[in-house]
Amino acid sequence: MIEATNLVKRFGPTVAVNDISFTVAKGEVLGFLGPNGAGKTTTMRILTCFLVADSGTATVAGYDIHEDPIEVRRRIGYLPETAPLYNDMTVVDYLNFIAEARGIRNGGRKAAVDRMIEVTSLKGVTKQSIGSLSRGYRQRVGLAQTLIHDPEILILDEPTSGLDPNQIIEIRELIKRLGEEKTVLLSTHILPEVSATCSRMIIIDQGELVASGTPEELSNQASREGTTVVSIRGPLPEITSTLAAAPWVADWHQVGESIGDLHRLRLRGSEGRDIAEDLFRTVVTKGWSLAELYREQVSLEEVFLRLTMSERGDAAKEERSEVNPE
Amino acid sequence: MTNTLTVFKKEFRTYFASPMGYIYITVFLVATNWLFLRGFFLINQASLRGFFGVLPWIFLLFVPAVTMRLWAEERKVGTAEVLMTLPLRDHEIVLGKFLASLAFVAISLALTLVLPITTAIIGSPDTGSIIGGYIGALLLGAAYLAIGIFASGLTENQIVAFIVGIAICFVLLVLGENIVLFTLPTPLVPVFEFLGLGAHFRSISRGVLDSRDIVYYLSVVVLFLYLNLRTLENQR
Repeated sequence: MIEATNLVKRFGPTVAVNDISFTVAKGEVLGFLGPNGAGKTTTMRILTCFLVADSGTATVAGYDIHEDPIEVRRRIGYLPETAPLYNDMTVVDYLNFIAEARGIRNGGRKAAVDRMIEVTSLKGVTKQSIGSLSRGYRQRVGLAQTLIHDPEILILDEPTSGLDPNQIIEIRELIKRLGEEKTVLLSTHILPEVSATCSRMIIIDQGELVASGTPEELSNQASREGTTVVSIRGPLPEITSTLAAAPWVADWHQVGESIGDLHRLRLRGSEGRDIAEDLFRTVVTKGWSLAELYREQVSLEEVFLRLTMSERGDAAKEERSEVNPE
Repeated sequence: MTNTLTVFKKEFRTYFASPMGYIYITVFLVATNWLFLRGFFLINQASLRGFFGVLPWIFLLFVPAVTMRLWAEERKVGTAEVLMTLPLRDHEIVLGKFLASLAFVAISLALTLVLPITTAIIGSPDTGSIIGGYIGALLLGAAYLAIGIFASGLTENQIVAFIVGIAICFVLLVLGENIVLFTLPTPLVPVFEFLGLGAHFRSISRGVLDSRDIVYYLSVVVLFLYLNLRTLENQR
């Protein structure tokens, strides 16, 4: 449904989007994940033809963003970040305007507007001016704007930002429901949102695509590079020399103090291999005994942090740790 | 065409959705009436020459205030992102906005018709020059509006848009005024007089409808709306 190839967008000297390619299949809910300023919004703005890519192209529902921007826009429902709205207009006037601009005129218009008021529960506030609405209502008006022409593709830029927990759940449920029949591309920097709503995710950082896959795939991939913790009862010098000589150990170190002759170690397998069985066999042949052996679980957060922070200093790390609002 | 109409309706309603539109019109009417009546009884003539004489200067402040929010606010609030991802072409949006502001100015002008009507009751003014004056005022207003929309597209700050709008209008107006013409070598005088916004208005408001004057104003409108389109393209 969406096929982006080598998109590049520069703003002066900064490269906001650097050579990003991806596809979104029909009926898929794709999560666009990345720290603030990674290029998520810029990519979405290119797909909705708000911005023009410096190079590269994309097809949306079979139409090229450079050749047929109007046809592309017809097929997309786009909710920009923070849902910008005309504050002086009333809710119903605004929806009427959007419907007309979307080519829903005359008889169809009233039906479409009424349906949206129903779906997004705006009944009580239709005559109010948008400027007087609360954050949650504004977001719903934004969603109504996005959905009014029943688009095949939804592009939602941080659809739950600034909402309270109940509203977040409400919006997620709505997205899930919509995702059953529509193609959805949504951006977020909130990780639980991805596992809650998306069938697949893409992580971008500093304008570049760093990973893509289902949430499970990505955490599996990361845990393959994960570590194994083992507690062995035996003579420390012999254990040390054996592990140092073993080809399947990339590096290892001791965790905490030895308790008598019980030593706790954390190891990383060479080339990302799973070394639990190797460890077990070694312990058995050497005649030591095994007190514990487990692989450390890698959460989605760690995957995200590892992928987006690899080449940065600690300052960025600290800044990032404040990001997750949930 | 229908798309332009949709944008037109939205923009036109916005003028009256907040008190701003009413305030603009009130201030405009108070200013024009006061400036008109101040000299009216002194000259003791049933003529609107005084009114049309100050109009280009009142418009200089009034018209950029009408257009300043048209793009600046869209960009500041972020609604430009919604508007420009709707299946509308840029020129349809620009034209819709322009026509809405033109309608607003036309309404303001129509409300000053009280003046010629009063004048006609107490005397016998030259109807031809009054009709010409209103046509000229609308054309002059249209030119100012196009310049104002262009200025509004340059920034997301309404005040900046307002001042830039005034500045461009002022330069184009003063170009053809005597104060500039006196300083120029003689061969350049007719050129600058033609380029200035004021001379064409004066000639129309004498009751002479010359196609050159109309073409001049339409060219200014087309030029600045086109420049506005280019600015929008560059921002994409």
